[in-house]
Amino acid sequence: MPLQPEDVRRIAHLARLAITDEEADRTLAQLNDILGMIDRLQAVDTSGVEPMSHPLGGAQRLREDAVTEHPDREAALRNAPASRDGLYLVPRVIE
Amino acid sequence: MSALHVESLAALSRRLAAREVSAVELARVYLERIERHRALNGYLDVRPEVTLAQAAAADARRARGETGPLLGLPVAHKDIFVTREFASTAASRMLEGYMSPFDATVVERLAGAGMVTLGKLNCDEFAMGSSNENSAYGPVANPWDAAAVPGGSSGGSSAVVAARLAPVATATDTGGSIREPAAFCGVTGIKPTYGRPSRWGMIAFASSLDTAGLMTVSAEDAAWVLSAMCGFDPRDSTSVDRPDEDYTRDLQRPMDGLRIGVPREFFGAGLAAEVERPVRAALETYRALGATLVDISLPSAELGIPVYYVVAPAECSSNLSRFDGVRYGHRAKDPVDLLDMIKRSRAEGFGPEPRRRILVGTYVLSHGYYDAYYIKAQQVRRLIAEEFQRAFTRCDLIAGPVTTTVAFGFGEKAADPVSMYMADLYTIPGSLAGLPSMSLPCGFGEGAHAMRPVGLQLIANHFDEARMLGAAHQYQLATDWHRRVPAGFGAEDA
Amino acid sequence: MAVPGAGWEVVIGLETHVQLSTASKIFSGASTAFGAEPNAQASVVDLALPGVLPVLNRGAVERAILFGLAVGATIAPRSVFARKNYFYPDLPKGYQISQYEIPVVQGGSLSTWVTPRGGEPYAKTVRLTRAHLEEDAGKSLHEDFAGLSGIDLNRAGTPLLEIVTEPDIQVADVERAALEAVAYARELHQLVTWLGISDGNMQEGSFRCDANVSVRRPGGPLGTRCEIKNLNSFRFMQQAIVHEALRQIDLIESGGTVVQETRLYDPDRDETRSMRSKEDAMDYRYFPDPDLLPLEIAPDQVEALRVKLPELPGAMRERFAREYGLGDYDCALLTTTRASAQYFTATVAALGAVAGDRGAKSVANWMAGDLAAALNSAQRDIVDSPVSPVQLAGLIARVLDGTINQKAAREVFAALWAGEASDADALIEARGLRQISDSGALEAMVDAVIAANPKSVEEFRAGKEKAFNALVGQVMKQSRGKANPAQVNELLRARLGG
Repeated sequence: MPLQPEDVRRIAHLARLAITDEEADRTLAQLNDILGMIDRLQAVDTSGVEPMSHPLGGAQRLREDAVTEHPDREAALRNAPASRDGLYLVPRVIE
Repeated sequence: MSALHVESLAALSRRLAAREVSAVELARVYLERIERHRALNGYLDVRPEVTLAQAAAADARRARGETGPLLGLPVAHKDIFVTREFASTAASRMLEGYMSPFDATVVERLAGAGMVTLGKLNCDEFAMGSSNENSAYGPVANPWDAAAVPGGSSGGSSAVVAARLAPVATATDTGGSIREPAAFCGVTGIKPTYGRPSRWGMIAFASSLDTAGLMTVSAEDAAWVLSAMCGFDPRDSTSVDRPDEDYTRDLQRPMDGLRIGVPREFFGAGLAAEVERPVRAALETYRALGATLVDISLPSAELGIPVYYVVAPAECSSNLSRFDGVRYGHRAKDPVDLLDMIKRSRAEGFGPEPRRRILVGTYVLSHGYYDAYYIKAQQVRRLIAEEFQRAFTRCDLIAGPVTTTVAFGFGEKAADPVSMYMADLYTIPGSLAGLPSMSLPCGFGEGAHAMRPVGLQLIANHFDEARMLGAAHQYQLATDWHRRVPAGFGAEDA
Repeated sequence: MAVPGAGWEVVIGLETHVQLSTASKIFSGASTAFGAEPNAQASVVDLALPGVLPVLNRGAVERAILFGLAVGATIAPRSVFARKNYFYPDLPKGYQISQYEIPVVQGGSLSTWVTPRGGEPYAKTVRLTRAHLEEDAGKSLHEDFAGLSGIDLNRAGTPLLEIVTEPDIQVADVERAALEAVAYARELHQLVTWLGISDGNMQEGSFRCDANVSVRRPGGPLGTRCEIKNLNSFRFMQQAIVHEALRQIDLIESGGTVVQETRLYDPDRDETRSMRSKEDAMDYRYFPDPDLLPLEIAPDQVEALRVKLPELPGAMRERFAREYGLGDYDCALLTTTRASAQYFTATVAALGAVAGDRGAKSVANWMAGDLAAALNSAQRDIVDSPVSPVQLAGLIARVLDGTINQKAAREVFAALWAGEASDADALIEARGLRQISDSGALEAMVDAVIAANPKSVEEFRAGKEKAFNALVGQVMKQSRGKANPAQVNELLRARLGG
């Protein structure tokens, strides 16, 4: 079933992207085109096929437990939009 | 010093070793060209003082007795690699002016080999696109034909190498982002095996596909630089733990007995005749050089596009979540509250294509759709990878076109994402399987497209880069398509 | 009046986030030490700067395996890290790396003793669903920023083991249900500190319990559950569960319905309230993290860790009861921490087999008595005790063999604690504390005391036992505390014809 305008708004909220109604409408057709193209996969018989998450396979390598990084806080904070006393500032967080 | 810019990397390397030219002088040649051709819009950040300091350091290393084929040679980096000394923006408003506190491993390794950074290169925003029209800082011109796109996402890399504004450029390939622009700009592009170059310091688009690579004039140049660029990196869990390789080792290997698989699905109805003819001619050249052409089939390859447009947006939707305006990057003005700040920062910071892919990716991963889309796509991905492995039992390399058409015009596909996505029809299958692949210039289009290059694609099995580069070099010894320079940028442009 | 909540069954499952005691973070090389300046321990990986990648810490994996072995779980030969996607300012990547479909620890169980107020203790076993590895988030601070919050990412990336139980606590008594939940949490806390996989510091957030609470009519279908967060002490946990169960019962009895939600416990007000921030975070869009490969654990890795697994508190309690004849109370006390159990076994070993059960009981008494008091007032941990197991054993041996009496022993202990000598024997000699067991000398003293206290003698003979104690006291005084009290007793009774 094709997406409806309210689906686009719901997905945009989930993805934390502000979207105007006009943008949502314009995006709707493009998303439906893309999803229509993707839907071709449904016709493929994949029974018993292991999903492929990594092109080469293999197992996770483990790092020894040692402190190897000594962060340069000031360098990181220079890119911060707002900071004070070493903290990143944001509009009030409500828990 | 005239016309150094049209010399091969090997020739420049010999001049540096013979002290006929210094790294500083060579850097000045390129900095001057970059300045003169700013209209190409290939570079996003150029800092002559940084470049010249690096060049002076390379000269000092040589003065201390250091050698090495890359010492003092200039390189430009796609703005997907983070750098300490140049801004790292991914061609996005989101990261305007962002300074990374560390260098990408690829950047670090090439600097370690003595290469001098000329600047950062334009690309599609967050490497998403096939035409470079998605850069927040304006499109890059194709040096061959101002009306044609340079390809994408590594359009800056392909255009500056074609225009000889850098002898070599790094690039990244997720679904064709090296090979397609290399084909459109008539340069040599290589994407090595996934996991062979480190992803540390590459701004992530789709983690299971993103691969660093190069744009060069020739396969020989690529072999030299790739040897320094690739290697195991403990900071990247997907980096393959294998010894470094000398990718020049097979350059002189004859083509006798080489079996080249030609997938019939790559020559279907969608392929433009003006592309097919030069590609067929290139295959004939290989036959003449002693190779055997083998008819092969990759029946699932055409499903690469739908698979890719599930997997890549899914991964990208998650990878781009870190851009929330909290710690770095664009933050919206005067937010009403936290939610408003995050939503508007992201909507304002990302251009239309990243926004579109984030929405698609969010949707395919969302509750109730994950199995139908994501799992299904990863299953078909395996089918595609297995078909390649079956093919490689019958051939050593696979060859075919890179794209269905020559470079299209600006604005031609911008309004229709799906038709734009089809540009990567032949490159995506190899990306999904993590295979090394190249694009080699093999001719030009016809009629109005006579100045639009055509690319030949080579695909090898995992870790078989050296053999692929050898075959590419042998082709380039027999042809001169890769030596052609667009008008206004060649020896006359000194 | 009916008991609150009568006629309802409370069902509880628990999710516990245990910070693992690694030196570095789960996916970066930054330190996990608590209490640094804000963001001083947030590395480029923890900050999720563009271009960074995670690499898994072996120490975190080994701790998860140790836990799994301790609870009799299956160690998954292959487990997968997934991304849990949601936006929150203290979650730098916009996703948490966790394990979803295939966790590293699967199944297992934990048994504990529950002691109801005024009732008999009973055993309770809670089945574990799973335990998985994940990364902690940072913290939002709300003070003093003029309406803004400050984000500190030092904690981001600290390794967590999330331990999830089946809803095995099902009790038709609100208080009792909460008691069982707390007993489980205490047992788990003891286990993870015992194994050394966590420091268990609840104030610093190293051990955080969430409780899924629902209520139903006994035998009826499961009710809608609420997750209560912020249970950062066992006392709060008890209060919060009771409060939440009663809230749900009241709600249903007054015609309402329970809504599935996350609630935060406020200990100051003793109430739970809905967490707005979690409202729309339900669609986490989990998928395997493409930056990490599957975690593969070979059987020989598991076996190598199994060898390192210490004897667990439950097994140790049983062994102490069996081998030394100690009671439940002593056994529980001695196994409160692994260090105290080690101190006990080391002291008993130093005493040697001859001391037998009496020796073990004596060690237990000293540990619960003078040693515990001294450690407590000096605020020291038993591993830092100035009196070593060998020293304590040397002291106890002299009590058991009658060289000194209890009073002198306490003086010797105090001197050992103060570092005045290195062993009990030297002190006993130097201070002349050896007790008088020479019958001739004692008989003379006893006779003298009887002669000098005719009144007490008369009272004793008239049946006053208290008078006897006064006479013993007099003899002890005469001996300046060094007489063997047992011997004095015996001699006095013989003389007085008692």
